[in-house]
Amino acid sequence: MPNIVFVHPDGAREELEIAEGTSVMQGATAQGIDGIVAECGGNCMCATCHVYIEPSQLALLPAMSEEEDALLDGTASERRPNSRLSCQIAVTPAMGGLVVNLPERQV
Amino acid sequence: MNRPGTVLVLGTGQAGFQVAASLREEKFDGRVVLVGDEPGLPYQRPPLSKAYLTGKADADAVRLRPDRFFAEHRLELRAGERAARIDRAGRRVVLASGEALPYDHLVLALGARNRALPVPGAELDGVVQLRTLGDAEGLRRRLETTREAVVVGAGFIGLEFAAVAAARGVAVTVVEAADRPMARSLSVAMSAFFRGAHERQGVRFVFGASVVRVLGGDGGGRATGVETADGRRFPGDLVLVGIGVVPNAELAADAGLAVADGIVVDERLETSDPAISAIGDCARHPCRFAAGAGPVRIESVQNAVDQARCVAARLAGRTAPYGAVPWFWSDQGASKLQIAGMAAPHDRAVVRGDPAGGAFSVFCFREGGLAGVESVNRPLDHVLARKLLANGADLAPEQAADPGFDLKARAGTPRAA
Repeated sequence: MPNIVFVHPDGAREELEIAEGTSVMQGATAQGIDGIVAECGGNCMCATCHVYIEPSQLALLPAMSEEEDALLDGTASERRPNSRLSCQIAVTPAMGGLVVNLPERQV
Repeated sequence: MNRPGTVLVLGTGQAGFQVAASLREEKFDGRVVLVGDEPGLPYQRPPLSKAYLTGKADADAVRLRPDRFFAEHRLELRAGERAARIDRAGRRVVLASGEALPYDHLVLALGARNRALPVPGAELDGVVQLRTLGDAEGLRRRLETTREAVVVGAGFIGLEFAAVAAARGVAVTVVEAADRPMARSLSVAMSAFFRGAHERQGVRFVFGASVVRVLGGDGGGRATGVETADGRRFPGDLVLVGIGVVPNAELAADAGLAVADGIVVDERLETSDPAISAIGDCARHPCRFAAGAGPVRIESVQNAVDQARCVAARLAGRTAPYGAVPWFWSDQGASKLQIAGMAAPHDRAVVRGDPAGGAFSVFCFREGGLAGVESVNRPLDHVLARKLLANGADLAPEQAADPGFDLKARAGTPRAA
């Protein structure tokens, strides 16, 4: 299973194995890490699984849908060019080592 | 609360879990104790009638958080325990086991239970409801051998189930007292769309009919169908009952708190006792998005989560009135319904998009203002509708219906003072 690296706002790093096909959000909440709320359970409806992807790895991700784009306009922490919703990132083998930075707040 | 004390939460559903989790996010340092009558870790209910029922998600996948989360955040989970009585004078809750749990603040997140079908035969084997993980496990097993199913009630749960069952090749008949599906919640146009979508998948609707009896087989032990008031009989080896819910307000009523189809709370979500709050499905709250500003009782994940956060913030010293925009979703087959605001009742509805193509929104207006927006397979409309409602943006029906009108620009523009 690909390893995904979560970096908390204080710099602390946690590495999780997430099965291919599972979303980054699902892997993170199932393993109980802080910093991803995901109140809608991964339906792309709430913008509380906001993350900042390491810019050099953005190309590994699926394209952003219109609704993800609109939801990102309403995140609790500022939107940046590397902002994504982690429920919309299904893990692929190529994502091993993906670095996911967690925002200060989700709500 | 001026100092860390004990927050006791009754109910371990989405609202109960969230208030506990949010208290820690708010740096609340006291004890947090969660009591719920279901076994196991708190879980999400929405997937039970969707991904869980189809087998796409298992019990682990619907859990809100693993064991580790509760331990790390010092959330004391008392699963499988039932609260018997609230002792307000003594600030404690007595459990069915006789144990008493003290509190400085009590949060009632007791949820609701499914309304029972009040007809003869409702106790037969094969008559089922869907609310808990246990219900869903049983239903998933039964579906493997079900050939014909009757769904009583064309509400969200009934139709989500109907879609899953029809997709498995089960012959589904939906019996509904009203003249269209989801009549209490949806506009005529959206209701008609879903009727057509389900019928194309083979679901048969019987409207204007009320079930007066569940039929039993020769042995009498198993359900074989239902009979309606006009004497018609509809066969089914499974009868799923989805006719609404009853809020779990008895504990509050017995303790002398104000109750009226739900536990009555003010705009801070406090009950008539300031040491007790109520949130989620069990609470009736003033809502500025509802007709006449409520009060309303809303059964949704969003409502549970946002009310939980509001109470957690108050207990951590940041008091603010509850005022989140309601939103909701329902997956029925290939169609994803999303609702923003409180669309019912409304006096005008306009369509944006393409109903024939299965992707459109109905913008519902009440007394000249936007009341709510129902979207199917138009997620961007939904997101923008939430912004429009949150900002109190002006929107005319003609603008909503005009595909060239820039909804996004308007959503980002708060109403001029």
